[in-house]
Amino acid sequence: MNLEFSADDIAFRDEVRAFIAEAYPAHLRGKMEEGEELSKEDYLAWHRILAAKGWVAPGWPVEYGGPGWTATQRYIWSEELARADTIPILPFGINMVGPVIYTFGTPEQKARFLPPSLSGDIWWCQGYSEPGAGSDLASLRTRAERDGDFYIVNGQKTWTTLGQHADWGFFLVRTDPAAKPQEGISFLLIDMKTPGITVRPIITLGGEHEVNEVWLENVKVPVENRIFHENKGWTCAKFLLAHERTGIAGVARSKRGIERIKAMARAEAGDDGQPLIRDPDFARKIVELEIDLKALEFTELRTLASESAGKGPGPESSLLKIKGTEIQQRITELALEAAGHYGAPYFRGINQDGNAFPIGPDYSRRVAPTYFNMRKTSIYGGSNEIQRNIIAKMVLGL
Amino acid sequence: MDFNFTEEQSMLRDALARYLADRYDFETRRGITRTDAGWQPAVWRAFAEELGILGAAFSEAHGGLGGGAVENMIVMEELGKALVIEPYLETVVVGGGFLKHAGGAAADALIGQIIAGTATCAFAHAEPQGRYNLADLKTTATRDGAGWRLSGHKAVVTAAPWASHLIVTARTGGGQRERDGVSVFLVEKGAAGLTTRDYPTVDGRRASEVYLENVAVGAEALLGNEGNGLPLVERVVDEATAALCAEASGCLKKLHEGTLDYARQRKQFGTPIASFQVLQHRMVDMFMAAEQAVSMTYMATLNLDAEARERAIAVSSAKAFIGKACQSVGQSAIQIHGGMGMTDELAIGHYFKRATLIEGLYGSVAYHLRRCEALSLADAA
Ligand SMILES: Cc1cc2nc3c(=O)[nH]c(=O)nc-3n(C[C@H](O)[C@H](O)[C@H](O)COP(=O)(O)OP(=O)(O)OC[C@H]3O[C@@H](n4cnc5c(N)ncnc54)[C@H](O)[C@@H]3O)c2cc1C
Repeated sequence: MNLEFSADDIAFRDEVRAFIAEAYPAHLRGKMEEGEELSKEDYLAWHRILAAKGWVAPGWPVEYGGPGWTATQRYIWSEELARADTIPILPFGINMVGPVIYTFGTPEQKARFLPPSLSGDIWWCQGYSEPGAGSDLASLRTRAERDGDFYIVNGQKTWTTLGQHADWGFFLVRTDPAAKPQEGISFLLIDMKTPGITVRPIITLGGEHEVNEVWLENVKVPVENRIFHENKGWTCAKFLLAHERTGIAGVARSKRGIERIKAMARAEAGDDGQPLIRDPDFARKIVELEIDLKALEFTELRTLASESAGKGPGPESSLLKIKGTEIQQRITELALEAAGHYGAPYFRGINQDGNAFPIGPDYSRRVAPTYFNMRKTSIYGGSNEIQRNIIAKMVLGL
Repeated sequence: MDFNFTEEQSMLRDALARYLADRYDFETRRGITRTDAGWQPAVWRAFAEELGILGAAFSEAHGGLGGGAVENMIVMEELGKALVIEPYLETVVVGGGFLKHAGGAAADALIGQIIAGTATCAFAHAEPQGRYNLADLKTTATRDGAGWRLSGHKAVVTAAPWASHLIVTARTGGGQRERDGVSVFLVEKGAAGLTTRDYPTVDGRRASEVYLENVAVGAEALLGNEGNGLPLVERVVDEATAALCAEASGCLKKLHEGTLDYARQRKQFGTPIASFQVLQHRMVDMFMAAEQAVSMTYMATLNLDAEARERAIAVSSAKAFIGKACQSVGQSAIQIHGGMGMTDELAIGHYFKRATLIEGLYGSVAYHLRRCEALSLADAA
């Protein structure tokens, strides 16, 4: 047992650090810092640079375009990305549907969908949840009926993240209403430009347009766009869930978040006029958060170690999801507290050039909307209640 | 001991609740937050003329109904339940509070206008550097003949865009953060040299940065005594904080009830989610917090006339307790609503946002805990 990185690992770290410093687009710097909403072009700009370098999909096997990194290298990579506060790589193609396609897809499907997913030419969205099927995903009702070489799809999906930008979606649909819930579901890839698809915005608490309703009315989907067997879509969905949860702990990003709180607390004065960071109450909250993050980090490292020893991510990853999101949420609470009065102003749509006559310090600008927005993290990706149920059942055997 | 409301007080509550149910539904409110004005002067007029609530907390000598802190509490709780935007807190509780306690002809005249609904107030006290310390003031007032000249920058002055008058704290002496040397002034918002930058706040209300540049006011603008205004400020802020606790109680009640309703009707896994024990316990915690918020609001309100130290401990205890409740109840409400809780469409998220801002208004949880510590443990040390 030891904590040291090998010389190779250190060389790797230096290499990726230098690459990020050089290649990350200047116009994107600071966007994450201020919690600004990102445009489609923002996401794609960074995605394309990494794709060109061959580093956009660290977890993919080499034969499909992955870089062939070890688990430790992947860990170093995500640390370095967070350290540089880069725009996150959208998970939908890289962490979600990509692995499903290379694991369950036909050679034709792999050839058709994997390269554009890597390059950024296909922007994917995830069409799972429905108004009536959230935590109980298997109760989904969107119907796909076979008609020759096509499925005719009818139904409604919801909470579709960034669906407004999507070229393609991966959908769970019901192909056998008579079977048991998990057994009549298929996994379809749907071109979002197909007639009959309507995407409507859902505005969230901070004023963001981040999620959508997707209505499907007699949408014709070629049967060749089904992944894996008919009625076996749940197998793909379960596989995908495991992948979705890797990296969900967000340790490196949270470290960055805590650094940001410290910077705020150095700049802000407490009630006595001294820097807030010297306020014992506030300092203690920061330290408690750091300790909890440490506990999460070492738990994640242990999970990583057992993964590289050949065990797949197990239900233990629910622990990473719960603790990771709780920490992410507490960071936003502390940021709001540190901002004081200047947490209150609401800037959406006002003053977007950002320099004319600002109100309050820049770091306060989006602390409240971000606090509201981050409540989502304990709801999505399997709510934290559902994750606790999973641990109770699968880990503790209760 | 008596925790019952008088008949007049019950009527006040019922009339206001009925009015708000009829005329202040969530959709109307949402529409109003998006208009240029951001509030409804017609509602304010109705408060004055139809309901007469703007006079409820003023003495009969002032033309009011003879009530006080309990009336403010009743009104604020109802306003909290309906997420009312209009500036009752700023105008009646803060503005009215300063005017009542300071007295004088100018004050009496303005109280008449407040009751009539023709004057509205905002409280320009906080400054960019000062956090919650009421004495941390860089704004100055210097003598100019019989009157004064005010200069400084006031931060996040809620309701200022709608105000006809500002109550401004400034230094007439002493160093920044000293208790001595604080004075309070009544300034018309149209005064020459006073500019504002107006903006929305995340709870759907409005606020301003207020810039004073050599603003001239007369001798009568000074409320209370020159140089030892801080006790007056602390008293009024305690009254405002108690009123804010009442508003929070209304909000918390709605968060709790709204969540209960939702959990009863939302089904997953073939059963209402209200049947899951882990959610039941969380809803019980929300219920307990909301109930105790009401208790703490009574406690604070009934101590507003106690001597200063006792009053301060009571109010800060209530605000610290209720600030925590705003966070935990608000977060639970969103969590139990799942994705629906995240939408701008549902009222629940708007209660959460208002509760979140209340957490930080007139002092965060940390501020009030520290104030309690300083005052109540001083003897023990
Ligand atoms: C911002 C955001 C982005 C999203 N993006 C996507 C996306 O891109 N694609 C997609 O398909 N979906 C997406 N989702 C949907 C997300 O996966 C669902 O919100 C989630 O599954 C919860 O479902 P629900 O919202 O219907 O809540 P519900 O399932 O109705 O849950 C409500 C509450 O009940 C609790 N609960 C439910 N069942 C149990 C139980 N058995 N025991 C204890 N408690 C329980 C939940 O934990 C929650 O607190 C997104 C959601 C959000 C908020």
